[in-house]
Amino acid sequence: PRSTWSRKVRSKRDDFEDILEERRNSSDLRYAFKCYTPVLYRGLTPCKAATLKSMVLQSEQLLHVINQVSAESGESTDVVKDEAAAILEEMAHRLQLRTIRFFAYTLSKAFKALYRSVCVNEEGIQRLQQAMQEHPVVLLPSHRSYMDFLMMSYILYTYDLSLPVIAAGMDFLGMKFVGEMLRMSGAFFIRRSFGGDQLYWAVFSEYVKTMLRKGYAPIEFFLEGTRSRTCKSLTPKLGLLNIVMEPFFKGEVFDVNLVPVSMSYERVLEESLYARELLGVPKPKESTSGLLKARKILSEDYGSMHVYFSPPVSVRSLAQGRINRSQFNLTPRHVAQKPSEETQAFVNDVAYRIVRLQQENMVVKPWVLVATLLLQSVEGMELTELMEQTSWLRDLARMFGAFLDWPDHTPCSMVVSSSISLHRNLACVSGSRISLVVEGPQGPETPEEALFNRAVSVLSCASYRNQVLHVFLRPALLAMALSNANSSRKEDIYSCFDFLRNVFSDEFILSPGASVQDFDEACHLLVKCGAVELLHQDVVMAESGRTVLSFLTLLLEPFLQGYQVVCRYLREEATENLTEKQFIPAVRSFAVKLHLSGSLKCYEVLSSDLQKNALNALIRLNVVRRVRTLKS
Amino acid sequence: MASIGDGSERQRIAQQRLRVLAGHLRRLGAEERPGVAAQECRAGPRTRRENVPAAPQDIMKWNGWGYADSKFFFNKKGQGEFTGKRYRLSGLILPSLKDWFEGTFGANLQHKSPAVPSLNTSAVAPPSLNEAFVEELKSTGIPFSHDTEDRVFRAHGHCLHEIFSLRDGRVGRCPDMVVWPNCHNDVVKIVELACKHSVCLIPYGGGTSVSSALECPPEETRSIVSLDTSQMNRILWIDEKNLTAHVEAGIIGQDLERLLNESGYCTGHEPDSMEFSSLGGWVATRASGMKKNIYGNIEDLVVHIKMVTPRGVIEKSCQGPRMSTGPDIHHFILGSEGTLGVVTEVTLKIRPIPEYQKYGSVVFPNFQQGVACLREVAKQRCAPASIRLMDNEQFQFGHALKPQVSSIFTSFLDGLKKFYITKFKGFDPHHLCVATLLFEGDREKVLQHEKLVYDIAAKFGGLAAGEDNGQRGYMLTFVIAYLRDLGMEYYVIGESFETSVPWDRWVLDLCRNVKERIVRECKEKGVQFPPLSTCRVTQTYDAGACVYFYFAFNYRGLSDPVHVYEQVEHAAREEILANGGSLSHHHGVGKLRKEWMQETISSVGLGMLKSVKDYLDPNNIFGNRNLL
Repeated sequence: PRSTWSRKVRSKRDDFEDILEERRNSSDLRYAFKCYTPVLYRGLTPCKAATLKSMVLQSEQLLHVINQVSAESGESTDVVKDEAAAILEEMAHRLQLRTIRFFAYTLSKAFKALYRSVCVNEEGIQRLQQAMQEHPVVLLPSHRSYMDFLMMSYILYTYDLSLPVIAAGMDFLGMKFVGEMLRMSGAFFIRRSFGGDQLYWAVFSEYVKTMLRKGYAPIEFFLEGTRSRTCKSLTPKLGLLNIVMEPFFKGEVFDVNLVPVSMSYERVLEESLYARELLGVPKPKESTSGLLKARKILSEDYGSMHVYFSPPVSVRSLAQGRINRSQFNLTPRHVAQKPSEETQAFVNDVAYRIVRLQQENMVVKPWVLVATLLLQSVEGMELTELMEQTSWLRDLARMFGAFLDWPDHTPCSMVVSSSISLHRNLACVSGSRISLVVEGPQGPETPEEALFNRAVSVLSCASYRNQVLHVFLRPALLAMALSNANSSRKEDIYSCFDFLRNVFSDEFILSPGASVQDFDEACHLLVKCGAVELLHQDVVMAESGRTVLSFLTLLLEPFLQGYQVVCRYLREEATENLTEKQFIPAVRSFAVKLHLSGSLKCYEVLSSDLQKNALNALIRLNVVRRVRTLKS
Repeated sequence: MASIGDGSERQRIAQQRLRVLAGHLRRLGAEERPGVAAQECRAGPRTRRENVPAAPQDIMKWNGWGYADSKFFFNKKGQGEFTGKRYRLSGLILPSLKDWFEGTFGANLQHKSPAVPSLNTSAVAPPSLNEAFVEELKSTGIPFSHDTEDRVFRAHGHCLHEIFSLRDGRVGRCPDMVVWPNCHNDVVKIVELACKHSVCLIPYGGGTSVSSALECPPEETRSIVSLDTSQMNRILWIDEKNLTAHVEAGIIGQDLERLLNESGYCTGHEPDSMEFSSLGGWVATRASGMKKNIYGNIEDLVVHIKMVTPRGVIEKSCQGPRMSTGPDIHHFILGSEGTLGVVTEVTLKIRPIPEYQKYGSVVFPNFQQGVACLREVAKQRCAPASIRLMDNEQFQFGHALKPQVSSIFTSFLDGLKKFYITKFKGFDPHHLCVATLLFEGDREKVLQHEKLVYDIAAKFGGLAAGEDNGQRGYMLTFVIAYLRDLGMEYYVIGESFETSVPWDRWVLDLCRNVKERIVRECKEKGVQFPPLSTCRVTQTYDAGACVYFYFAFNYRGLSDPVHVYEQVEHAAREEILANGGSLSHHHGVGKLRKEWMQETISSVGLGMLKSVKDYLDPNNIFGNRNLL
């Protein structure tokens, strides 16, 4: 019942408007050729993409590094300059309206085929338009799918806003033709790793900063660095954020506006692909033929999609009282400075804040709640029980502030069954029971194959549960602390909470240094829902709190078990000279062994994402040490 | 006014009349002016009211800028006019002023905010005199006064809040008396007595401070004595061999220049306040002159300084042009802002009067190009005596002060010029900006120099825009302070502040960011109308430039406009510092900018200055509490 789904979710948040509705009622061709006159940045002196490149190549910043590199390497500056020009050539976008119009047409067709609706908060668009005139804007969408940046540009084109230039991974360039198409629609390409390459870094950062300073176009990149395979927000990467904030620190622009954008999909295109990838099936290389093969996805129903533009965040206001900008006054501006500790901490805080804003405005679909409950009963459950629990969970999620897209005036059972039918590849109803779908080959399968197939289902399902984790995370950590702490004294519970929070801070978005705040928030929510009571110096479970607390504990259980398995592996099997490359397959086969022997029931430990996070946490906590070995 | 029957009141009125007359005479009769004098004390003619010297308040405004006879006003037809005879603008009608004024500020000639007509002397707290000090001072014969007007006149500089209060008839803590030393030795005696009787001394020169430097610290419990140097105004000698002049520090800028001119010389030091500011004040604040490109700033001009401190007199033993004798003690004195002692005599470099002077101006398509040109000129070290760049807002403001044109021909010519620049050359009237130039020297060299500068300007898209525009630009400098008084009649308050900043893009970015910050802060603080926020580059150096901001707004609807003004200025200063600007280029720190001193010179630096203060003036006799 597409049309009855209400757009109104919570009074504090804006209303949504379906942009596909108009596309279904009017000509796509006319839309693609509409008059496009975006409002521009008021400080903009318009220039062509080619002029931009020469500005970068002639910038003092870059020339300074070119001279340095030339002095160090002994190569002539001309050679280094050519090198820089080649890097820029490979990197730079060639945004042109023609290509945009082409995409406007084809994407209209594709989106209409894929999605029931694409809902955008128009007030957010208005705020964005205002911000774009005033200051350089950086768009920071969440990253769950390849669709993300196509969708972003599509929306901005629809609303007649300046089209962004987008930082994209170099891997796209592997796709013939498509890579170049993306380039012409505003993508610029950066290598995944260029750690020590000073010249590359200089070209890259100067390119981005030049566009920002000139107000050439909004700059778009993904704070999470890569698509989250788990649909859980990833720990933000700071490199690009540092770059876009620097012009403000150095007084080159009055302010920079960061605009978090939350893109939520009812069904992610890459759903099962991700699960396989997490289980060690290599990610298919981006290729044009791969894309063409993927055409069959066009015949599937991916439900609706929500895009929420949060209010612009002014870097100037964030920096007020935190960054002493005069620290940048003692070095010429073209000399790159390593950011001070103060600055690094600030940028890190901003990054976390933005990711939290993305999470906050991420729309949670009913299926997410269903998947969460299903995962807690992997063997399946009675449909009526599921309905009941879903309704209970809906109320709890609402109370905890989730941005729930739950249709008004529709019985819960209808909502649940319609989301099950959309996700029939993951859950099936047989008789009165519902259980996870496990796709397997026809005929006999080995125990390993069976395990793998089951794991694919669980991890796919988990990628939906993960979309609501940010809502329950803090109370869940507290619930866990309550059941593990030595006493009910607040200090003891806090220290246990703090420990768990510390352990899981690679796994979830937990702003560094905000432990007390998080604890207070968790207490507040659990008191609000009646699960715990605060008595003097004690935090105790309330009579009626058992259901909530056990739900919350179970929610984090897979992660706890997963980390335990990683620790067991390191203690029991790991050898002195385990390389990072070997680590993941080794943990995986250790876990498979445990599974097959029946001593482990948890599937999520098979996820390479969890394994990496656990290792990072152990390294951070000084339990495991990373030793650099010389290459022979 | 008080009843005629009151004897002392009648006497006061008579005195006042006498002072007015004396003041006119002093200004008009050349023989009454300070002259080059023999070296001994008390030589040279002086005009006195009884035992007290002529008071500047007779010819100057008591609650505004400059001469009492010179001010802007809107006549019955609503046209702007400038009164008096002293300036080029005096007596002229300024037809576009009203439109600019109303358009820029959203002001309205119907909405007036007049000042109180005269000082209500009863609002001033009676002086708290240190009797022992007064008694001993009497015996020295040095003139002094505790007349209210004398005290009030020396209780303030020209910060917005100071003038605003005066116009409101509000007066804060005043000096309790004023003394007029006549020479170095008088100062020595006064300082000795002050130390002996624990009296606070505040040196007073021309009273043009814009840093709250003259404000009496309200927490001061001792008797405060304003030490007015105005009577120490003689040139003691001129040394033509070494091209130096030895001058008493109380001399006012224009008098110094005029007197030297009579002997064929000049110092070339022309700060914008030179009509009223004193040599001692220049030294005490590290002043900068418009023509510093030729003559240097005050620190380049002084060869020798004599200063009286509570610890004794500080001076060097010779007049060598440069010394390597440890840190230069002059640099403790320069910029000490009256916290260490009184500068009494200064030996300055002098130069023969230049043979030829020529104004000029260049129009640039935008501020950016203009700054680039100034940078290039500085790079080639070929800056004329003065080169300044006004932004677009100031250019428009300059236009508002264009007098009525006298003939159809001139107006036709103006129209043609405008057409040429905006239509033919394609300059956007809302972006173009103007550089004003002043060349000095041999005629031939000036012409060569002029060509060089115009050639550079042309490379940056600059078009020569004539001598007249240049001259008007410099005239603006002198009348802009009068314009503030006009604004204050119509709910508009404002002020200027300055900074120095390295070249490159700092100049541009700083200007843009500070202007924007001002606009933003005004909005946040509830100012109902967009403010005027404009800047100009007034000095160029090898490594940077001096930037001057003008900021004014219409305060209708605000309950505490001065507070709002101060908050915005504070924010603007923070923005300047954050963008690599200095705390001050030449206005000084005073009490207004004290809070940033530690950040500016580091806490160790501040400690150094404090230890100098502690040594020279352990009892804080010079207690104006500036700087530290």
